[in-house]
Parts: sequence; C-alpha cells; structure tokens
Amino acid sequence: MNKQTTRIGKNRLVAAATGAAIALGATSASAETLRVVMQSGLRITDPIMTTAFITRDHGYMIYDTLLGVDSDFNVRPQMADWEVSEDEKTYTFTLRDGLAWHDGAPVTAEDCVASIKRWADIDSTAKPLMTMVDNIEVVDDKSFKVQLNTPTTLLLAGLSKMSSRAPFMMPKRIAETPASESIDEYVGSGPFVFVEEEFQPGIKVAYEKFEEYVPRDEPPSWTAGGKDVKVDRVEWLTMPDQMTAINALQSGEVDFIQQVPFDLLPLVENASDIDVNILDPLGAWTYFRMNWLHSPFDNKLVRQAAIAAVDQEDVMQALVGNPEYYRTCAAIMGCGNVNGDEYGKEWVVEGQIEKAKSLLEEAGYDDTPVVIMAPTDLAMVVPQPIVIGDALRKAGFNVQMKMMDWQTLAAQQGNQDAPSEGGWNIFSTYSILATSGDPFGNTPLSTDGRESWAGWPDVPEISELRLDYAKAASVEEQKEIAKRIQKIAIDEGVVGPLGQFRIPAAWSSEWSGFLESPITLFWNISKED
Amino acid sequence: MLPYVLKRVLSAVPVMIIVAVVIFALLRLTPGDPAAILAGNDATGEQLAQIRESLGLDEPILVQLATWCKNIISGDLGVSLLSGVPVTKMIADRVGPTLALAVGTISVTILVAIPMGIVAAGRLGGYLDRIVMALSVLGFSVPIFVTGYVLIYFFSLKLGWLPVQGYRPPSEGLFPFLQRLVLPVLALSGVYIALVARITRSSIIEVLGEDYIRTARAKGATGRRILLRHALRNAAVPIVTIIGIGIASLITGVVVTESVFNLPGLGRLVVEAVLARDYPVIQGLILLFSFTYILINLVVDILYTVFDPRIRY
Repeated sequence: MNKQTTRIGKNRLVAAATGAAIALGATSASAETLRVVMQSGLRITDPIMTTAFITRDHGYMIYDTLLGVDSDFNVRPQMADWEVSEDEKTYTFTLRDGLAWHDGAPVTAEDCVASIKRWADIDSTAKPLMTMVDNIEVVDDKSFKVQLNTPTTLLLAGLSKMSSRAPFMMPKRIAETPASESIDEYVGSGPFVFVEEEFQPGIKVAYEKFEEYVPRDEPPSWTAGGKDVKVDRVEWLTMPDQMTAINALQSGEVDFIQQVPFDLLPLVENASDIDVNILDPLGAWTYFRMNWLHSPFDNKLVRQAAIAAVDQEDVMQALVGNPEYYRTCAAIMGCGNVNGDEYGKEWVVEGQIEKAKSLLEEAGYDDTPVVIMAPTDLAMVVPQPIVIGDALRKAGFNVQMKMMDWQTLAAQQGNQDAPSEGGWNIFSTYSILATSGDPFGNTPLSTDGRESWAGWPDVPEISELRLDYAKAASVEEQKEIAKRIQKIAIDEGVVGPLGQFRIPAAWSSEWSGFLESPITLFWNISKED
Repeated sequence: MLPYVLKRVLSAVPVMIIVAVVIFALLRLTPGDPAAILAGNDATGEQLAQIRESLGLDEPILVQLATWCKNIISGDLGVSLLSGVPVTKMIADRVGPTLALAVGTISVTILVAIPMGIVAAGRLGGYLDRIVMALSVLGFSVPIFVTGYVLIYFFSLKLGWLPVQGYRPPSEGLFPFLQRLVLPVLALSGVYIALVARITRSSIIEVLGEDYIRTARAKGATGRRILLRHALRNAAVPIVTIIGIGIASLITGVVVTESVFNLPGLGRLVVEAVLARDYPVIQGLILLFSFTYILINLVVDILYTVFDPRIRY
C-alpha cells in the first residue's frame, strides 16, 4: 500500500516535468479539443498488465509500437523497420529517426528490448514466441537483433499485435517493472501525452498532442502508417448512462461516441448533424464455453449436443436485433479474417434440437444439472445465457441458471470445482475479431487442459497445430493449419460460436477523418471549418 | 448539552470500528477478485497469483485487516487497487458534486415543501390541499430518471437553456456551476418535496388538534399566526427527522441522478468500486458514510432541543 502511495507522488512529479510545457500551450481557449465518450471508464492505466479494451485504447494514445498492421493484414514498420537473414532466424530491427519519449529523451534500442521482455512475460502470444527465441540483443542505440532457434511468423505477428496487450514501447526504467505490478510512470513516445494531473479514474482522461512526434510518411491504415494528430487535445469522458451520452452528442456537448447501443441508434441515425458509421470493420464475436472438467461436458457428444441446440440467429436477435449489424458465423477465427473457416456451419449456426436430442441419447446423458453462469449487468453478455438456457432445455438438458454480476462471473470462471460445489458448466462472453484471427490471439483455442483458459479443454492435437502454425513458412500454409484447427475444435466442442456483430460509432458532422480500424484511433481527425 | 455532544461523538468511534470490521469481512466473503479484474479475461492462475501478491491480497485476512487499521489510524485510507490513486484523493475529487447536489436539493425541498405542507394543512380538504396531495403522489410515483429525461428534453434539447450533463466546480465560475446543477436538483427534489410536504401537512394537522391550539384560537390569534407560530414549531420534530434522513440518503444514494446527469459524485464511485471489487475504495467510502450518518443524527438530535425545549439530554 505504502509503495503505491509513493508511486502517486512520483507520478505527479513526472507529469509536471513531462507535461507542463505542452500543457501551457494546449489548454488555452483556442485549443481544438475533441470530446469523446468511450465505452467504459479508464481505471487501469498499464496496458501490458491488463487486457481491458479501454486500457488498450489508452495505450494506443500515449505509446507507440515497433510494427503496425494495415487494413490488408500486412505487417508494416511503425517505430522500426526490419531485415531478416537468409535462414530466417535472425531479425534486425532499426528504429527510425526522430523518435523521442514524452520527457524529451531519445528512444533507444535498449528501451525497446526491455519493453519486449516485459510484454513477453505476460502476453499469451509472446509466451509461445519466446520458446523460439534464443536471444534478444542490443546492437547499438538504434538497432537490436532477435535470434530465433527456428523460423517463425510469430515474431512479426507478435510485435505488430493489435488490441489487448499490444507490445507498447516504454522507457527502460519503466519497462523494468515486473509485469505483475502496475507501472508508475506514464511516459510513452506515442502521438499523445497523458495529462496525469487531470486524470480522474472512471470519470475523465485528457491527452494533449505530443508536439515532438514525427509521424511516418505513409497514409494511415489501421495501426500502420502516419499518426498525424490534427487536434490539440482529446478528452475521454465516461458516461454511465448511454441515453445521456446520446443527448450530449445531440446538444453538442460531446463530439464522438465510441459505441452507440443498438436500441438507441434510431435517435442518431436520422440526425442531419450526426454521422453514424462502423469504424471497426471486423467487430466482435460471441461464444460460449463449456467446462470440460466435470459432467456432463466431460463427454464430447454432450458438448456437441449443446452446440447443435443453440440457434445463432436467436442469440443475435436478442443481443443486437438489427441484422445490419450482425451475422451468423461458424468460424472460430472469425468470418472476414484470413483464417476464418466455417467447418461445421450446417449444425453450428442453425439450432438443431432433434440432432441435439439424439446426441444426448447416444451420450447417455443422465439429467446431470447444467449450471449456466448468467451476468445481469453487462449488456453485451446478458442475452446469451438466457437464449442458451432456453435452447438447452428444449434439447432435454436439465438447466440451472446462476445469476450474478459480471465481475463475480469473471472471478468465478477460474473456479475448477465441480458445479455442485460452486463451480460452473457454461458461461458466455465475447472477444474482438481483430485479436481472434490466429490460433494464439484466439483465447478459446488454448487447449492445454487445466493450464489453459477457463473451460480447460484438453486437446493436444490443437496445441501441436498451434506450434506448427507459428513455424509455418507461408500464409497459405497457416491457412491450411487454421482450417484443421477449426475442424478439431468444432468436433471436440472446444467452444460454441454464437455469431458476430459490429457496434456503430457516432460523431458530430463538424468533425471528419475518423479512421476505420479495429482499434479506435484519434489521429487524422480534424474539425471542418 | 456539551457533555451530551461529546458523549455522542465519542460513541461514534466504536460504531465506526464495528462498521469497518464488518465491511472488511463482508468484502472478503463476497465472490470476486480484484486481481482477475486487473489481469483481464485470459489470465492464467500463475499470473493471478503474482498480481495478488503484488497487491498484498495473498496475505491472511487478519494481517490485511491489521495493516488497514494501522493505516487508517495514521489517516491513510490506502490506494485504489485498480488505478493506484489514493482513496482520499478519489473521495475528495468526488465529494463536491454530491455535496452540491445534496445541499441544492435539500434547500429547494425546504423552500418548497414546508410552505406546501403548511398551506395544505391550513386548507384541509380544500382545493389547495387536494392539489398539494396530488402533486406529492406524482412526486413519489415518477421515477427520477423519467423526470430527468423529461427535463433534459425540454430545457436542454428543445430550449437549449441548460447543459445536458456534467459538473463544473464553483472555482471555475458560479454560473457554469449553477447551470449544471439546476436540472439534477429539480429532478431529485421532486421526491423529497413530496415526502416532506406530506409529513409537514400531517404533523401540522395533528398539532392543530391539540388543546393549546384551541386556547390560541380562543385568545383570538389569527389562522396564519396559529399555523406559523404555534403549529409549525410543535410539528417540527418529525419534519426535521425526515429532512435529516433525506440528507443522509442524498449523500449516499443518488446513483441514478448522478448517472442521468453524468455527475461524478460519490454515489457513482460506490457502485463502480463495488463492481470492480476495489476494496480500499469501498472501505473508505463506507467509513465516510457511517461518519456522515452519525453526524447528521447528532445534528438532528440537537435541533430537537431547539424546536422543542421540553427535550433535554
């Protein structure tokens, strides 16, 4: 506790040292400020420690990444370019000119190596990658070398990873903080500076343009290309009531809403001074997970029966309603993603109660209760358990709904006890497709039994295929492996896909330049005169 | 009086200790894990254990309780497990909007509800009485968020007179401060006006049946004098009680109003902290609320003696 209290004091000093000069100019009355309502409040400020989306978005504001991904899924240089040896085992990364931290110090290769190591300690993509890395060594101030023991595409994929736990670069002194402890300074080299003295957790975050930032020359495309900031300041405001956010947009008190709830869309869709559009072209997918450790889902046929019983259209109707914003999809790695394959579509998408009944009969299901954890407070995950429960009852399952708040569910999902002793059989959640398109970023495809993510499926064949995927020489080879993973995962009942959806954003027509990207980006935006 | 006040203030200490220990224990018994919230969805058991260790959550509960108590004695409520911001700073940042809302609402309530109650009691059974009673039923029945949205629709979106949401501290100017307070105060005071008006009316009606009122009438006192000098003062005890309860509930339970008007107050902080299992923040807030309740009850008890000199402590 005392340590953390000290930390705050230090934060203030750093903020004063790093932000004062910029703050003086940018907070003047003439400053162009973009006022934004984000999907939730920023409370955790370390983008390596947590996977919270709001913290990821915060990360992209103040930090930069070595590599980026463009809209064609190509890995592109961002802070650094790279060269690879003929045997494809040695990658040399060279930092571009003009990179500086918000405190004025130059970005060095040493900083980047420390940042990669901290990220590698905790990230799910980095862990398998590090088994293929022999050494990361600093060559000089501007370059470093990664020595692999086997060629892998995972290195570039990992360093350009979008979404949660992107490998954000930090000064060495900050990156040396253990990954299990929150960082205590917020100095990045990204296009915005975090105004720490104005930070109110869960209420307001302010960022000011980093005047020394040198954007790349290429046009922006997802996390690649030039990050050309055209505003002086961005303020993220948290509004717990979505109706208030819509009213504030209509009255001109805010300029942008990151996610407009589907039921409130009619209020802004026809307004002449408000633009509504999908900025994340991929969106999210929702799915349900079964607990492999306990009856009845320790039986493959029962898992298949559950997947067959649920009708994706029913789930999507309950969750989204408007077909313009959802689609059914059997691909675990996402329809629209390079690796998206729809094996099993004929019985995964459309609910097949009769098939489910016969599978249950074949499995000898003995009426063991199925405990479904159902959250009551997070709109994006409330309808799924209700629809799943109804479908399972129709198929002949003995269903018990266990209502709770989302945070209780998040804590409970790690409980490996039997459902009769406080454990669970089914829960549902959602993930963004930008991170689900490969077998490493896709959390449910971790199949190492009790060591894997909640549900604890034990399918060694998938674990081996994931490693093969990392070592694959070409995209075509990767696609082939992904296809095999999809088949095994569906047949084994690793996860039950429930459909995909995209959440629209809305903004005042006075503003333009919002970029299409899986991450909400705040560069390139300007106010029209 | 002074020994009584001192005794009451001192008796607050064991009450707060009991509250603190009970809340500490309850939070640890409630399902939920701040480490899981920090680490996110795909955290492994090993990562969670490391985070728990770094937060001190792996210590035995009694050790955690002892550390917390020791820190409180030195005036340190700890830091938020999520943001690392000191709890005292978080409370200090959030107390302004809540106090402004509470003071504004109670002021409007007293200014409107007591005259309404007096008028209704004075015109018992007449049109004014019925109108006041009808309005108070309306005030009770319409949920605050409905009143809030209706006010926003007319005064902000249609007329453009007032902002939809937000809070500005008085230090940034009195006008912007008041401008953002008008609608939440109006929305919230409806319920309290209804409550206090009804209590005022019924208390005065009860007092009007007393012998001394008959005596005052026999002495030739006017109806207004009887109502204001004799009846109101003697009816004050239940009115003060209800206003005291109102203030206490305003400080601790105005989540809906704070959400609808996006006021960054204590009500929202409580809900956010509970949902995130941010133990130090919840504990700090509960202590503050307990102290507030005790203080308000003390003030109410003292006010009894002002309005009714027969009451002695």
